[in-house]
Amino acid sequence: MDNINKISGGIHSNRIHDSATKHVTGQAKYTDDITEPVGTLHAYLGVSEVAHANIKSIDLSQVEELPGVIGTITASDIPGVNDISPTGQNDEPVFPIDKVQFHGQPLFAVIAKTRNIARHAAKLANIEYEILPHALNISSAIGADYPHVTAPLKLERGNISKTVSNDMNRIKNKITIGGQDHMYLEGHIAFAIPGEDDELVIHCSTQHPSEAQHMVAHVMGIPNNAVTVNVRRMGGGFGGKESQMNLFCVVAAIAAKKWNCAVKLRPDRDQDMISTGKRHDFIIDYDVSFNDDGLISAVDSIFSARCGYSSDLSGPVTDRALFHADNAYYYPNVRLKSRPMKTNTVSNTAFRGFGGPQGVLGAERIIEEIAFATGKDPLDIRKLNLYGDTDRNITPYHQKIKDNILPKLIDELEKKSNYRTRRTAIKNFNKTSSVIKKGIALTPVKFGISFTATWYNQAGALIHIYNDGSIHLNHGGTEMGQGLNTKIAQIVADAFQVDFERIKITKTTTEKVPNTSATAASSGTDLNGMAALDAADQIKDRLIKFAAAHWGVQETEIKFLSNMVYVGEEIVPFNEFIKMAYMQRIQLSATGFYKTPNIYWDRAAGKGNPFYYYAYGAACSEVLIDTLTGEYRIEKTDILHDVGRSLNPILDKGQIEGAFIQGMGWLTSEELWWDKDGKLKTHAPSTYKIPLASDMPREFNVELADWSENRELTIKRSKAVGEPPFMLGISVLEALSMAISSMNDYQTCPRLDTPATPERVLLAVKNIQEQANK
Amino acid sequence: MQIRNEIKFILNNRDITLDAFEAEQTLLDFLRLDQQLIGTKEGCAEGDCGACTVLVGRLVNGGLKYEIVNACIRFLASLDGCHVVTIEYLSGSNGDLHPVQKAMVECHASQCGFCTPGFVMSLYSLWMENSNPSKREVEIAVQGNLCRCTGYEPIINAALAVNKFGNPISDQLITERENTIKNLSKLQDNARVVIRDSTIKSILPANIDDLADVLIDQPSATIVAGATDVGLWVTKFLKPISPALFIGHLTDLKKIEVKDDVLIFGAGVTYTEIQEYLSKFFPFLDNYWDRIAGWQVRNMGTIGGNIANGSPIGDTPPVLIALNSEIILRKGNQTRVLPIEKFFIEYGKQDLKKSEFILSIRVPLPNKDQLNSAYKISKRSEDDISTLAVGISMGVESGKIKDCRIAFGGMAATPKRALMTENSLKGKTWCNKTIYEASRMLDEDFSPLSDWRATKEYRISVARNLLHRFFLEHDLDTLEPIQIHSIV
Repeated sequence: MDNINKISGGIHSNRIHDSATKHVTGQAKYTDDITEPVGTLHAYLGVSEVAHANIKSIDLSQVEELPGVIGTITASDIPGVNDISPTGQNDEPVFPIDKVQFHGQPLFAVIAKTRNIARHAAKLANIEYEILPHALNISSAIGADYPHVTAPLKLERGNISKTVSNDMNRIKNKITIGGQDHMYLEGHIAFAIPGEDDELVIHCSTQHPSEAQHMVAHVMGIPNNAVTVNVRRMGGGFGGKESQMNLFCVVAAIAAKKWNCAVKLRPDRDQDMISTGKRHDFIIDYDVSFNDDGLISAVDSIFSARCGYSSDLSGPVTDRALFHADNAYYYPNVRLKSRPMKTNTVSNTAFRGFGGPQGVLGAERIIEEIAFATGKDPLDIRKLNLYGDTDRNITPYHQKIKDNILPKLIDELEKKSNYRTRRTAIKNFNKTSSVIKKGIALTPVKFGISFTATWYNQAGALIHIYNDGSIHLNHGGTEMGQGLNTKIAQIVADAFQVDFERIKITKTTTEKVPNTSATAASSGTDLNGMAALDAADQIKDRLIKFAAAHWGVQETEIKFLSNMVYVGEEIVPFNEFIKMAYMQRIQLSATGFYKTPNIYWDRAAGKGNPFYYYAYGAACSEVLIDTLTGEYRIEKTDILHDVGRSLNPILDKGQIEGAFIQGMGWLTSEELWWDKDGKLKTHAPSTYKIPLASDMPREFNVELADWSENRELTIKRSKAVGEPPFMLGISVLEALSMAISSMNDYQTCPRLDTPATPERVLLAVKNIQEQANK
Repeated sequence: MQIRNEIKFILNNRDITLDAFEAEQTLLDFLRLDQQLIGTKEGCAEGDCGACTVLVGRLVNGGLKYEIVNACIRFLASLDGCHVVTIEYLSGSNGDLHPVQKAMVECHASQCGFCTPGFVMSLYSLWMENSNPSKREVEIAVQGNLCRCTGYEPIINAALAVNKFGNPISDQLITERENTIKNLSKLQDNARVVIRDSTIKSILPANIDDLADVLIDQPSATIVAGATDVGLWVTKFLKPISPALFIGHLTDLKKIEVKDDVLIFGAGVTYTEIQEYLSKFFPFLDNYWDRIAGWQVRNMGTIGGNIANGSPIGDTPPVLIALNSEIILRKGNQTRVLPIEKFFIEYGKQDLKKSEFILSIRVPLPNKDQLNSAYKISKRSEDDISTLAVGISMGVESGKIKDCRIAFGGMAATPKRALMTENSLKGKTWCNKTIYEASRMLDEDFSPLSDWRATKEYRISVARNLLHRFFLEHDLDTLEPIQIHSIV
């Protein structure tokens, strides 16, 4: 097709984010920007000041006496069920009745005329505790015999006990991996407006409007159909708004009904960070056997996670850590166990990668161990152990890998980045530079796409064409910056062959598409794009039938092309065509639906086909470190990443860049630090340091593997992109590791734990130096 | 003394007059809640994320200077006589995008969009000052802006491309400059501003003498200069600050001069305002200074404030102590001079008498035999509170260490000299062995704490290593790069 006939903003084009102009002018509205009805009240949470205690009494009289305070809400005000556990385990009360389980746990809410008054009032509670011993981290929880928050998973294949007994090389050690706060720029917020009867409308910042809806109904004791949840956009989500909005939504809802006023609840940044969950920290105990070439024969690992006080999403998160414990490598004999530990900390939750990054990091540590043990370039160990095509292609969960493109992708990146030459040059540099040392690493990622909760792999969409030819698009996904709405509008524009601008993207609302899944697991476009296409195809089908009858032509003679409809010889502008269809009483509205085919998962057996396909990528990073202080800088990163046939290359590139930097932040400067009393002391950007512009690699090249095409029939053969590139940040950690190991001529694996703050880097340098002096 | 009971400022293109408002009222809440200017966002309410970035223009020596600030910790009272410019003012009256906005759109520099207005304001400010910035200059300009989505690459690209979309010469703030100066000049009446209802909320003294008088009358008033610390008392700790005594507008406190080989500057001088002087007379501070806070905070925060709050982790005291600086304190009509290290008595306690305030700071210019360095260690390289900071000044003549002053922040309850270490250096030969031996003395000087920034072990070992770095940096035999911050 020549360019003249192209529509604007079709598929595979670099269409600008649909809200870009509104973003840059400040006109994009977030939940806190919605015009408030007269009499809007403001809620604020009062939280626990101890980590573990029996509640002896809660005295809120001083809270209620502050001028401007309307009242308070405690557990006894909950009309329905006092539970917001997203997985139905009934272990997460809105407000606890008898026991506090972490510092920062919400205990009550105060409602006042202004947010400022509510914040002040929340501090005036008088709560008596009977302190109980607490366990804050994985080791202390295991030591104190704390329970699992949810059933552990075991994946097993081959024969571990047989393999490890022979005379293979064998390394047993562990890696400690820190958590991560989402630090979305827009914090949590819920804004509840009471309606008639039992009705409630909630505006909030969530990736999972349906869950918010169901949870509000559950807590209010009303049917789901009484609750509408709306999300126009979020100021970032990253998994932090997949279940954590529940608390804010239900509290705002209870207050809205109690006082029959609109109620807004927006925690400040400290409370947002203290009282909502984060990425799980892990300790991975690994036991790997390998031959003298570095080929892995067996892996036996235990993945212990700090889950916090309740299950939240810890079950599927720790499961996914196991699903990715192989990263891209074939383990002939394998046994992987999860240990989802309860701790007296905030309940950890979803975060981009959902346990996957921790699993991948464990795999990369194993590779690193083998490389140091065999004295080989870690890249050679990586390549040696990659999954095969026809054999060596079965994962620990017994799914066959059919689409492995990593050998080609890694080779290409190795050449593009000039890895081998640079590694040699770096080794030479390190010989003569005494203080500054360099390191380089090329690491791959393979990431399984689909919710492992199989029923989540469904989506709906709703398309109306109005009789002026303008199109209204709605789907179950939520927009958090990733450009989901843009991509789906591109798909619809392509389907009708009309300009992107003709399509109105509307807020996500449970009124239009019911029973949606979270916009998570990188699945937003895969699922909702297909559902939107289904809706478009239904309308198109009706239009084609109408046109064939109306003009007396074959259906095959009707074509939608560049804002026109070609009917045999005749060319009708799209809006005129629609007007005619309307006049002929053609239904111009359709709901679409999609469910991912060919996936199943038997958790008890640890076997199945949980993933529809895999997305791949690789990154090569070069760093330099200061061996006097542990400070470091990323000199260069080259990325080659697989998004299949990209729906929007520039948006995908944005996801890859952002994910890489976020992954790098997780492994470097972002440190969560609790004091001995269980208080999180890094609870705002002043103390919790996400990367800045100056932390970017000095040179940063990101390319899409444009030759890749999804083998499966995904939407336009594209692949999911949200999470997989997050793990490319691991290349930075491995490069730091190499730089450290230069202190002892690359003889010892530095075993760098994360986050690799300057302090941890310096500690590793000192340890290596001590080894060298032995 | 003329007294005015209201503040007046210009918000975008409107005149604002306010009276009887609370001292704790922030500009951000005023914009969002009172004015429905919702383009300015709250991300952290502590001046660390930049989502609330706005421009504040004020008259400086008859000219008009616009600077970005954090609206979240900027108190409303401090805007008297200023021009506040928000994101809403950037698009032209016909709705055209501003060149910065165009560049951001074209470069795909927004994802979730929540940080975007703040970035636009920072880049706007940069573009007005420097329309052809280097990548490094852009990075420094957006140190105070966090983005969690993009990874920054497209934002940097946008900043480097703004010039393609327009020239600052035709920008409205530039073309309206004379008019704005005229309008702002009308607001300057040299009055003392007292905001009150039944009690006094805020006072803006007319000049330094008036400040001295007010402090005698109101000894318990909270002095607010840049509000980069006091702002957090309010937004995070919900502490009342009335009556608040605002001094950020006092031009007498902003004088900078060099006299008799001493750099003398008023306590109200900001990090930004002192920078060109430091660069000229203390070039070794260039990199250190660039790593203090973000641009917004450097525009607001004052050196006097950094000293007065007595924090053990302030960025300027270690350097000022090492450079043998003095502060001038004033109470009523009396002034006294104090070596700066004497000001810090213990944690939370400074040598500041009732009704007294820091008037100015005197820093002797280094002589040619003096070797000077300042190092800052932090978890994140830039815009992070120091884990530790050190200023080192050493006089070396004919291979011997004649004198030295070494002061640390983050190693004790106050900014503090390493006196034992200094003593073990004095008179010794300038060599690696001397430094190594002296660095062992740091254990005698300090027993630092462990906290979320670092363990005590790290602090001690890095402190030692920084002495080693100092030697390498100044040793003529060292040719290799010795710290990452200086590698271009």
